[in-house]
Amino acid sequence: MQRIGVFVCWCGSNIAATVDVEAVSQALSHEAGVVFSTNYQYMCSQAGQEMIQAAIHEHRLTGVVICSCSPRMHENTFRKTCERAGINPYMVEIANIREQCSWIHKDKAVGTEKAIILGRAAIAKVLLNAPLTAGTSPVTKRALVIGGGIAGIQTALDIADAGFEVDIVEKEPTIGGKMTQIDKTFPTLDCAACILTPKMVDAAQNEKIKIYAYSQVEAVKGFVGNFTVTIRRKARYVDEEKCTGCGLCTEKCPQKKVPNAFNLGLDTRRAIYIPFAQAVPKIATIDADYCTMLKTGKCGVCSKVCTAGAIDYHQQDTLIEEHYGAIVVATGYNPIQLDQFDEFAYSHSPDVVTSLELERLMNAAGPTGGTLLRPSDKTHPHTLVFVQCVGSRCDGGEKGKPYCSKICCMYTAKHAMLIREKYPDTEVYVFYIDVRTPGKNFDEFYRRAVEEYGVHYIKGMVGKVTPQNGKLYVQAADLLGGQQLKIEADMVVLAAAIEPDKSARPLATMLTASMDTNDFFTEAHPKLRPVESPTAGIFLSGACQGPKDIPETVAQAGAAASKVIGLLVKDHLVCNPCVAESNELMCNGCSACEKVCPYGAITYIDKEFRGPNRTTLLRRIAQVNPAVCQGCGACTVACPSGAMDLKGFSNGQIMAEVDAICR
Amino acid sequence: MQVNGQFQPTIVAFCCNWCSYAGADLSGTNRLQYPANVKIIRIPCSCRLNPMFILRAFQRGADGVILCGCHPGDCHYTSGNYFARRRMTLLFNMLEFLGIERERTRVEWVSAAEGAKFAATMNDFVATITRLGENKRLEDLRCKSK
Repeated sequence: MQRIGVFVCWCGSNIAATVDVEAVSQALSHEAGVVFSTNYQYMCSQAGQEMIQAAIHEHRLTGVVICSCSPRMHENTFRKTCERAGINPYMVEIANIREQCSWIHKDKAVGTEKAIILGRAAIAKVLLNAPLTAGTSPVTKRALVIGGGIAGIQTALDIADAGFEVDIVEKEPTIGGKMTQIDKTFPTLDCAACILTPKMVDAAQNEKIKIYAYSQVEAVKGFVGNFTVTIRRKARYVDEEKCTGCGLCTEKCPQKKVPNAFNLGLDTRRAIYIPFAQAVPKIATIDADYCTMLKTGKCGVCSKVCTAGAIDYHQQDTLIEEHYGAIVVATGYNPIQLDQFDEFAYSHSPDVVTSLELERLMNAAGPTGGTLLRPSDKTHPHTLVFVQCVGSRCDGGEKGKPYCSKICCMYTAKHAMLIREKYPDTEVYVFYIDVRTPGKNFDEFYRRAVEEYGVHYIKGMVGKVTPQNGKLYVQAADLLGGQQLKIEADMVVLAAAIEPDKSARPLATMLTASMDTNDFFTEAHPKLRPVESPTAGIFLSGACQGPKDIPETVAQAGAAASKVIGLLVKDHLVCNPCVAESNELMCNGCSACEKVCPYGAITYIDKEFRGPNRTTLLRRIAQVNPAVCQGCGACTVACPSGAMDLKGFSNGQIMAEVDAICR
Repeated sequence: MQVNGQFQPTIVAFCCNWCSYAGADLSGTNRLQYPANVKIIRIPCSCRLNPMFILRAFQRGADGVILCGCHPGDCHYTSGNYFARRRMTLLFNMLEFLGIERERTRVEWVSAAEGAKFAATMNDFVATITRLGENKRLEDLRCKSK
């Protein structure tokens, strides 16, 4: 017979204000099996936990019910408390009387009554609890980083620094990500390439790091410590081993009219290309959409000029399978498409550009060699209008994003400042809803733009941009001045909202990692576990989790790496003991459970059973691999004979809870 | 159950641990009110819900049962909620055949971020069941506590 102890927590006034804790502990003390019942201000405190331990010893408790906050908050705390007092940690059940009772009800009588019923359900369940022992599974001491931007590179370098092998999978032909396209960085105005490219080289030269550029994750199987990942290595039509990156082919290729994606289509490149001079790995790639040889079978110039014999027009995509213990997602962001924002004439005039396009136009390695020229007529612009929050902070509407993209205020101040410094004859206007500058030296930076560089900051939104006679007529509201403005501008720069990369959504499905409604990856806890996904073994780095600037991204990358290292140093992981279990006497070997198991945790064996008259029978029965089973319980419902049950959430336990609630 | 001459329905909500239970917690954290008639049972995944549990709840006198799980495609266990959806479709067909009002049972997808949706769903469900009145057809009077 079980001896249950009930501990009702006040949680200060969080619970006690709407639940009569004394009445709850009184009422629950009369339940069958309960030998001790009490209440206390803070059960999770040192004193509260010591009280539980003392009661376990004094009353020889075999099971414990804690009526407190959500089990998602403190289940582990109380399990450890009980373990210290010598009872199995899985003999603890929590009745959630804070989040699901005291916080949602105002009437004390109602809250108290509900808390008693929730307590009863927990008691009914714990009476059927059985001690569980967690098994262990080995850890593959190797990490995978998906995405080779600054987030991915930093994470990989930090993991490699600790002595673990790490692979980077990058879908573009080179690592480096968005930061390679940026000219200067705020608030210090140091050159992005000067700080990024050494890191890219470090990553390439580190013997612990392997870079799979121009590759994609195709499938993910397994679980924390034991992931099996299929990687698709896309055909470059260039032998990576042979190519020396000399670039001769990229000069001789006759197909010259390919929009240059690296410069956001502001100029053209050849069909065989190296994205930029500092690319890592520096290997040419043939763009199959434009290559004449691949399309018509006639050309072959690159093959003729390549002295290394690296061109291979018959190359195919290859699939490789690798094993990892941890996976870091660093898929980053993209500016949104602006086709829904017709009022800014983005698709009508080449002189309306996005901020990222402006970065290329101001970059010494960009299409204009760093001289700011209007894309339409290559003349120097004299009046520039910056529009903030294009697609950011749009609530409720069909277009745009509801969130703040966070980085736009600062890079716009940077752009305005750089333009005024280089071309003092220009007039620069910035239209904003709010200027948000939380960050070290950020507000000082913005004030310098206004005070020292004379950038005109105007609170208000731009209503319409009309291209006419080579000019852009900007109609806008000046909210503080209370007037309508008309500005004749040469260029308009739109601070487009940023959104997660399109590859993130299918990846999240593969990883079973959760995402929010905007497709940003969700962290396990917004404050206390910000770099871990709720799915064990999946970690988050950079803007895939939310809009971030470079210092924040690097900080998060380091944090994700330290979490990965913390996982990889372990030789074994403790498994979740709440796994499925098949009763071999009831199992008839029908395979129904095997078909629904998403992890392939169920196998069939032939086992000898004693038959009548001293005969032996060979029967096919299901067996669950506890290291692979994640405990979803799909099989328990599929099983027609009722042989399959889930430890910790057994049929009996759930029925007992149902009965207690409906009593 | 009748309280002061007013019908107070007993409602059992099965919530998956990863999305809906967290969504329920979030609605508590945000202090979003919903009636105390709803009592939540935590299950690891919506696919853990055996249709038997719903029938058991009705047998024991529940007036409405709701299952909440992760949105299709977002299941922590990849495919659990798809199994749940199929199983519930079958169960609901059977309940309808038995003459049980379709509205007494419901499946809703509530993510861990949708605290407001959880509260709204529960408010709506309680209102629906209150309007339908007591579950008399499936309750087994032999199970009634004295």
